[in-house]
Amino acid sequence: MSFHPAMPYESGELHKSERVLPKEGEPFRFTPENRARIEELAKHYPPDRRRSVLIPALHIVQEQHGYVSANAMREVATVIGCTPAEVEDVVSYYAMFYTKPVGKYVLQVCRTLSCALTGAERLTEAISRELGIKVGETDPTGTFTLIEVECLGACDRGPVVLVNDHWHELATPDGVGELLDRLRTKGEAGLSGCHLNVDKREPTDNG
Amino acid sequence: MDLVITQYIRDPNSFTLDFYLRHGGYEGLRKALATTPAQVIEMVKASGLRGRGGAGFPAGMKWQFVPKDSPKPKYICCNADESEPGTFKDHVIMERCPHLLLEGCAIGCYAIGAKVAYIYIRGEFSHVQQVLEFAVREAYAKGYLGRNILGSGFDCEIFIHRGAGAYEAGEESAMLESLEGKRAQPRLRPPFPAVVGLYGCPTAINNVETLANVPLIMTKGAEWFASLGPEKNTGPKLYCISGHVRRPGVYETSMNVTLRDLIYDYAGGMRDGRQLKAVIPGGSSTPVLVPDQIDAQASFDGLAKAGSMLGSAGIIVMDDTTCMVWAAENLLHFYRDESCGKCTPCREGTDWLFKVLRRIERGEGSMADLDLLVDVSNNIGGKTLCPFGDAAVAPVLSTVAKFRDEYEAHIREGRCPLPAAWRTGDGGH
Repeated sequence: MSFHPAMPYESGELHKSERVLPKEGEPFRFTPENRARIEELAKHYPPDRRRSVLIPALHIVQEQHGYVSANAMREVATVIGCTPAEVEDVVSYYAMFYTKPVGKYVLQVCRTLSCALTGAERLTEAISRELGIKVGETDPTGTFTLIEVECLGACDRGPVVLVNDHWHELATPDGVGELLDRLRTKGEAGLSGCHLNVDKREPTDNG
Repeated sequence: MDLVITQYIRDPNSFTLDFYLRHGGYEGLRKALATTPAQVIEMVKASGLRGRGGAGFPAGMKWQFVPKDSPKPKYICCNADESEPGTFKDHVIMERCPHLLLEGCAIGCYAIGAKVAYIYIRGEFSHVQQVLEFAVREAYAKGYLGRNILGSGFDCEIFIHRGAGAYEAGEESAMLESLEGKRAQPRLRPPFPAVVGLYGCPTAINNVETLANVPLIMTKGAEWFASLGPEKNTGPKLYCISGHVRRPGVYETSMNVTLRDLIYDYAGGMRDGRQLKAVIPGGSSTPVLVPDQIDAQASFDGLAKAGSMLGSAGIIVMDDTTCMVWAAENLLHFYRDESCGKCTPCREGTDWLFKVLRRIERGEGSMADLDLLVDVSNNIGGKTLCPFGDAAVAPVLSTVAKFRDEYEAHIREGRCPLPAAWRTGDGGH
């Protein structure tokens, strides 16, 4: 539905204010170690402000389980002391929380202006062709998920790709095949990391 | 200008406490603790330090607004949610000189009477977060954080709080909401965070670069700081240059510098021998400037006079292969995705603007669409709880005003007249 008769939403397009029910998923419990980490983080905030640990706890869910299922949301609500609806409210807002299973490596290509000016569209196209998947999809082996994200904050080294929590910069369409191979064989160690340029007018041994 | 903030960052050990101490580290905190909090605030005010996050509000004034007699705990919240397209200066500071930020946070806490500072870092910066957490551990171990710092009786704790991917969390009141474990959506003001901030307590919110300047003011003096750059635009400044230049990167200089110098001297000029077409001077939220405007001083006041803003000093340079309708569409995709959804004009309006821009870019627009773009923009700008609305319409209004012929060419020819080879034509899909 639209809020304005002259601006219809296209068919199949979901407006961001519409609710998507999260996947139930498998039963979820925090491991004892992760449960202890949450309690450790809770000490950073006043005792009556436990809800501040909600976002860090959701990061831990994703580390343990790969994505945030409805079952995980209920567990988090119990641990934090809020309602499952409050957890879902937060999960559905933040871009880094996945509500369905993703591949082992989530390729997050920055699509915003600085990276786009240096060829991010061509990069996404090349990854998409190489893996045979569209943006938002996971390849059949469950190894790679391709998504586009907004500005990552390393604009001088574009196009930038974030792979899970690890950075790869100055990516080129021609290098995509090799990059994916390195990820398959060496994992995240195959990425270039992040090396911002700092005042290159003077001699420097940086990047 | 001699480098001060970025002086040591090319040294591979610049992030360690040992290196920092050998180069005068934590002397600013020592000096601050030897004076009164009121004197620290006076020094920061005298230096003329203006907030580096975007608004350019005087940092000393912000600290002074925090009520001294409040019985509630007070907080410093450092805004390290650097997400403004084209901006990556805080990224550099935190990665290479984390102690400069920690020292600034501790001095800020002392000045406003806080015992706790939170550094809200964007979720994507996990490699930066690790550096910061290492630095915090080192600082605690050597007594620069924790209880009775340097024997002064002053206690200060710093915690790193990780966000989860939301541009809006960089807006100060939305950041507080996010820190409280909620959606990053802005609050109605007044009351301002200085009085009712985090957990309803008085809170000062400062950008990373702002706080990183504070130890320098303490050690080198307010007069030294005020002597750098033009009046009311004082101190060292980090500029982030990206896009079609030969040497994109972070450059430190005073605000006497012009955009022309930054593009052609610091960043080495246009790449591939191309011509400059447009420049966004302060992150995507600031109006675009054209080549005959680049002699403007890259200061808060200089760029305001040129009809734009210094913002977060994220300079995005575009050459003559760039279609400006495409650039506006790209940025409105960003604003549409990142609108928090709280205010209707912004939530709905950014989506409409994106769609109208997309159909013009695809050659399916009409001349009436140009008026529609301006009309929708005017119904977003100034009509939202936070500056996001004004930010989102800046790329639209400024490109329509300055590149109207390009919009008209799309509509007349029914196609994009400038489909650069580095684009796919369908956004990579």
